[in-house]
Amino acid sequence: MAVAADIWTEGEEKQNWLVRLFDWKPFLVAICLAPALGLLLVFLTYPLGLGVWLAFTDTRIGRSGVFIGLENFESLLQDQVFLMSVGNTILYTVVATIGKFALGLWLALLLNHHLPFKALLRAIILVPWITPTVLSAIAFWWIYDPQFSIISYVLVDVLGWKSTYIDFLGTPWHARWSLIAANIWRGIPFVAICLLAGLQTISPSLYEAAMLDGASAWQRFRHVTMPMLMPILAVVLTFSVLFTFTDFQLVYAITRGGPVNSTHLMATLAFQRGIPGGQLGEGAAIAVAMIPFLVFATLFSYFALARRKWQQGESND
Amino acid sequence: MSTSRRKILLGGAGLIAAPHLISSETWAQSGSKFTPEKGATLRVLRPTKFVDPDETIFKENSEAFTKATGVPVRVDFAGWEDLRPQTAVSANTGAGPDVIVGWTDDPHVYADKLLDMTELAGYLGDKYGGWYPLAERYGKKHGTNQWICIPMGGSGGPAVYRESWVKEAGFEKFPTNVDDYLKLCQNLKKIGHPAGFALGNAVGDGNSFTHWLVWSHGGYMVDENLKVAINSKETIAALKYAKELYQTLIPGTLSWLDPSNNKALTAGEIGLTQNGVSLYFSIKNSKDPEIAKIGPDLNHARMPIGPVGRPTETALVVNAMAFKHTKYPNAAKAYLQFMMEQEQYDKWLTGCYGYWAQPLKAYAKSKVWESDPKITLYRDTIENALWYGYKGPITEAASAVNAEYVMVQMVASVCSGQATPEQAAAEAERRAKRYYRS
Repeated sequence: MAVAADIWTEGEEKQNWLVRLFDWKPFLVAICLAPALGLLLVFLTYPLGLGVWLAFTDTRIGRSGVFIGLENFESLLQDQVFLMSVGNTILYTVVATIGKFALGLWLALLLNHHLPFKALLRAIILVPWITPTVLSAIAFWWIYDPQFSIISYVLVDVLGWKSTYIDFLGTPWHARWSLIAANIWRGIPFVAICLLAGLQTISPSLYEAAMLDGASAWQRFRHVTMPMLMPILAVVLTFSVLFTFTDFQLVYAITRGGPVNSTHLMATLAFQRGIPGGQLGEGAAIAVAMIPFLVFATLFSYFALARRKWQQGESND
Repeated sequence: MSTSRRKILLGGAGLIAAPHLISSETWAQSGSKFTPEKGATLRVLRPTKFVDPDETIFKENSEAFTKATGVPVRVDFAGWEDLRPQTAVSANTGAGPDVIVGWTDDPHVYADKLLDMTELAGYLGDKYGGWYPLAERYGKKHGTNQWICIPMGGSGGPAVYRESWVKEAGFEKFPTNVDDYLKLCQNLKKIGHPAGFALGNAVGDGNSFTHWLVWSHGGYMVDENLKVAINSKETIAALKYAKELYQTLIPGTLSWLDPSNNKALTAGEIGLTQNGVSLYFSIKNSKDPEIAKIGPDLNHARMPIGPVGRPTETALVVNAMAFKHTKYPNAAKAYLQFMMEQEQYDKWLTGCYGYWAQPLKAYAKSKVWESDPKITLYRDTIENALWYGYKGPITEAASAVNAEYVMVQMVASVCSGQATPEQAAAEAERRAKRYYRS
């Protein structure tokens, strides 16, 4: 009896200890959050913090740096290449995003109708998105080549509409528009598929009610489709702006920032200065300079576009 | 009978193996100046190939080292622009490859983290006729006689041209001065076979062309005392020359990257460019008969001499360095010694069709330089070339200026009309001062 009682008591104590520990909410919360927080700290917070720190140093590859305050930023503000890269990044992001949304929404509206072979069409439309960036960049590099462009070949040698090959990448504005076109091509599917998903959540009964009230196609789009789509559109816009603003592979693979640095984006310039150029501090400063723009873009998307009034009427913000 | 035959075969195998074993033991015991550490293994990182045999023979030589010493060697290859970041990571983390065959001025960026190669360089110099001055400059830490790396070879970028078209343009011999060179380019354009040189952010060809252009006219980035001196009347004269030369080039060169001129020459679009020997051999040995037909019409020539009156070409030098973090410093040095010994080095030199030129004078007698009269010119690459960062010392600043295309973009901005020569020189000065700040 005594032995049995001891065993029973001991078992109860162990069980109670563990049960009580996990019943303690702070502990449970901490242990559940630890994996996610750990990953964030190691792979996100630490690199970001290190990057911010480097921006205030004169670190170079192979040598540790010392704190130099805002010297990197002061230098960049007088650097025409950096200032041009800021302008390029804004232009690239704004124009490419508008292009992707216009074409993506148009494509989504088309796909939202009952078309034959819809599944096949959707698969085809995803191809630009799933193609590795550098592969598509190399394809565009060939399409834009000053001597071997397929576009120039068709226009000059096949159709005879032009007498000389087009120099897509050899002048600043030609190069900028060429890169924007390539980015739009790559980004349309992401926008189209996301907006299509949003369109498919809109109840058909809303359109039926609108038609019964005599609404035209444009009025149905303006007053039913757009308000219902706006929350999805806000999220997709945020992601698209972030992806486009920080685009690196497409530009670096096609032009390396040329001609004469006229297509450098902040992302490509940060890499160019930091790694091949060896100026880690300066490269980090350029990367850090992107943060205000990204924060603004994110806040604008959420607070300006995601307002409730879009869904619930004028009187309710 | 069958028993007898088997014995003969076994005996023969032994005879075949014996000399190899003897020679291996001989090198390990008496030829090597450094005794590898017990249990040593080596990781080597080097550029990926420019010509096919480059990698093949390099690996064969590395395997021969393993047989000779028992030290396993693993050789990894990195693409042209990937090598520098990987070198940087290795240097900064104190881990990674034991030996890196890196680009031109990289050892000078990491000078304080590298093994001392003075003894090995002295041995090789004494044995093989001495180092060319350029090799010494790249091999030694600035201001000292301490060697920090072993230059393994240099790739040159002379003119590559179509002989028949140059004749058609009125030149029986390739021009040797910049004025006739400009005239040649003007005439080539008239007959529809223009020249083409990379003015985009082409790390090899762009820097090669623009450095020749500025140096030949007497311009340079910094002087001997590290004072930025690019904004000079000589530089402006070079830029005015560049503006005239640009009018003769095939359209589109401002967006050319390193592969562009190769494609254009191979396709018959241009009659003159600047390149390493790989272009000549890729055409000559092409499986496409239309392309191979161009081979006999190709030739090479020194880039012309400008007002300074002496050669001003560049060389892409590969320098083998070993980091202090290696656990096997003696094995690393033994490996580099082995690779630079005649039995291995000449095999590599010859097998690469002369893509790499020798840093040690004795190898000027290698049979590769007589194998094809059209490539003999490449033999003198390291003898004739100037270093990146000329006139100043080789520093991380020189490396950064090169990597940032400061010279390329100065020339390109004048050619494109974005800047006047004076504006471009001033901007290059401003940018260079940023990197050469103390």
